[in-house]
Amino acid sequence: MEILRGISVATGVAIGEAVVLEAEQFRIPFRAVSANAVPAEVDRVVLACEASIVELGHQAETLNANWGSDAANVFQWHIGILKDARLRSNIETLIRDRLWSAAYATSRVMRDYQRRFLQMKDPLLVERIRDVQDIERRLLRSILGETREDLSKLTKPVVLIAHDLTPSQTARLADTKVIGVALDAGAATSHTAILLRSWGKPGVVGLKDISTRVSGGEWVVIDGTNQIVVTNPNEPALLEYRAREAAHIRLSGQLDEMRGLAAVTRDGVPIDLHCNIEFPYEVAIGVNKGAAGVGLYRTEFLFLRPEGAPSEDEQYSAYREAILSAGGRPVTIRTFDLGADKYTQERSYEQERNPMLGLRSIRYSLQSLDLFKVQLRAILRASVEGDVRVMFPLITSLMEFRQAKMTLHDAMEDLEEEGIPWNRDIKVGMMLETPAAAIQIKEFCREVDFISIGTNDLVQYLLAVDRGNERVSQFYTASHPAVLRVLRDVVRVCKRAEVDCGICGEMAGEPLYAIFLVGIGLRQFSMAPANIGEIKKLIRLITVPQAQRLAGRALGFETARQVSNYLRSRTRKILPEEPV
Amino acid sequence: MSDAETTYVREVEIPNKAGLHARPVMQFVDLASRFKSQVVVINVTRAGGERVDGKSAMQMMLLEATKGCTLRIATDGPDAQAAADALAELVCHGFGVHPESASE
Repeated sequence: MEILRGISVATGVAIGEAVVLEAEQFRIPFRAVSANAVPAEVDRVVLACEASIVELGHQAETLNANWGSDAANVFQWHIGILKDARLRSNIETLIRDRLWSAAYATSRVMRDYQRRFLQMKDPLLVERIRDVQDIERRLLRSILGETREDLSKLTKPVVLIAHDLTPSQTARLADTKVIGVALDAGAATSHTAILLRSWGKPGVVGLKDISTRVSGGEWVVIDGTNQIVVTNPNEPALLEYRAREAAHIRLSGQLDEMRGLAAVTRDGVPIDLHCNIEFPYEVAIGVNKGAAGVGLYRTEFLFLRPEGAPSEDEQYSAYREAILSAGGRPVTIRTFDLGADKYTQERSYEQERNPMLGLRSIRYSLQSLDLFKVQLRAILRASVEGDVRVMFPLITSLMEFRQAKMTLHDAMEDLEEEGIPWNRDIKVGMMLETPAAAIQIKEFCREVDFISIGTNDLVQYLLAVDRGNERVSQFYTASHPAVLRVLRDVVRVCKRAEVDCGICGEMAGEPLYAIFLVGIGLRQFSMAPANIGEIKKLIRLITVPQAQRLAGRALGFETARQVSNYLRSRTRKILPEEPV
Repeated sequence: MSDAETTYVREVEIPNKAGLHARPVMQFVDLASRFKSQVVVINVTRAGGERVDGKSAMQMMLLEATKGCTLRIATDGPDAQAAADALAELVCHGFGVHPESASE
């Protein structure tokens, strides 16, 4: 039994057999095995070689039939390498002498060969590196377990272990039997984590090397509530987790019962709880959980697909579907936020030295005006179906906001000329996600219809921490006093200017911050559908003066730790049965 | 080990344009593996050329043997002479157009 600590993306307990997603493109971290596990590890290498040879044989046959013998010969060479007794004994020696795991020993030997090919002068031979990499991946895939393609074919519930998942891989989990996810990479606010949260099943990320500690087939417990993963749990642990799993299901049932109740504080102040969505079908889930609207529709997920950017009509029908499912409730559509950790097919190979500070979000939109205009046209066309708001992400300057708005007006003029209707009351706002925008909030208030605070990026830029980098993600915390003060100031200025101000970052869905946010005057929260019940329950237990007192106190602390300790103890008092 | 066990060495120059790339290596390894003798190959053209196992496809690739390089094929075992001759022949003929005819 081994207990690994990570960052939780969704609460709850999942217990199941592990499936390890292929180990491509990452370094297998070191792992030693006990002496009595050596024969089994050696067997795994031999089995992986033999299985790979069979796999390659089929592949070569198919290629021979379709593309001719030259293509098939490429794989014949791979088969030759896998049959190489010397190669196998190299790996075996490392396992026996150094007690390395099968995956680690294999990877080391194959990387060693890759390095030697790299030193060669003949370009033809240097090219063989690709083959050696390919063979390495095939072997590791075979040693570490099932492949990506197999996920849709799972016949029993499993827990998925991987180094990392792309947003599109994550989005496909809904169609599988996966009941929980544990990842090496990532922080609580990566886009993969955001998707996992809306998927709603237990997930822990930032586990650093779980994908090499688990080989697939063993039992794994994902305890999202306590941010841990237990591998090979012993009998008492397993029993305890089974009980907790049942309790969590009961609790979420209770939260679902809150659906019909209003989100008002004990002293009668209504708080708007909206949901964040990535796909139109999620609107129904949000509404079902009690959302009063869609506070953040992340449209970039439409663009992150193998076929490339969607056409105007494709976008129009997606937006229309979301607006119609909202049934008259407001829908805030955020224009595509691409770049940084989300790339389209077209841009996926461009490397930037510092993508988080690079060509992303509104900057990318304003440099790709054709793409941007198509989206704005699609949103405008769909806007006749309901209460639609347009929101521009990552605004850092007034000029940027004006340019984006001008592009929107261009699109309106075009529609006007073509005689296509749109909603003339459409509101135009921005996400407040950069320190620059927070400092200039007063000026922005003169030009926007509404502000939505995106805390994920705001915290990242305020604290200079890459939220996706597991080596520094511990420094990423919304409890930092600087964050609290910026939030208070922004809300205060907006209130004075009578501009609608809401919050839509992950912070909005965390019980830990909910009371504070009410206390500084926020009345509109947007969060993953799964969090609505919990936040509503909390709001119904507090009064505004109580929240104000708490906020005042929290703003007086000097360190993030003091802030989070204080907020945790207060929240626990109000919601004793919930893990905070 | 039989009485006939002996060491046998042949040196041959690589005539074919592409040198010891993937397919020729496979032919060489396939042929070498049909003999009981040990096969050690050195690329004497390269300074500090290492001794590699002639039955290992991966190691043979490391010889970096291009056109014009001289290979020393050293065989050791009951069928050492036959092995050395057959392998030298294969290399001399530039690995043939048809793998089968080259491995006679």
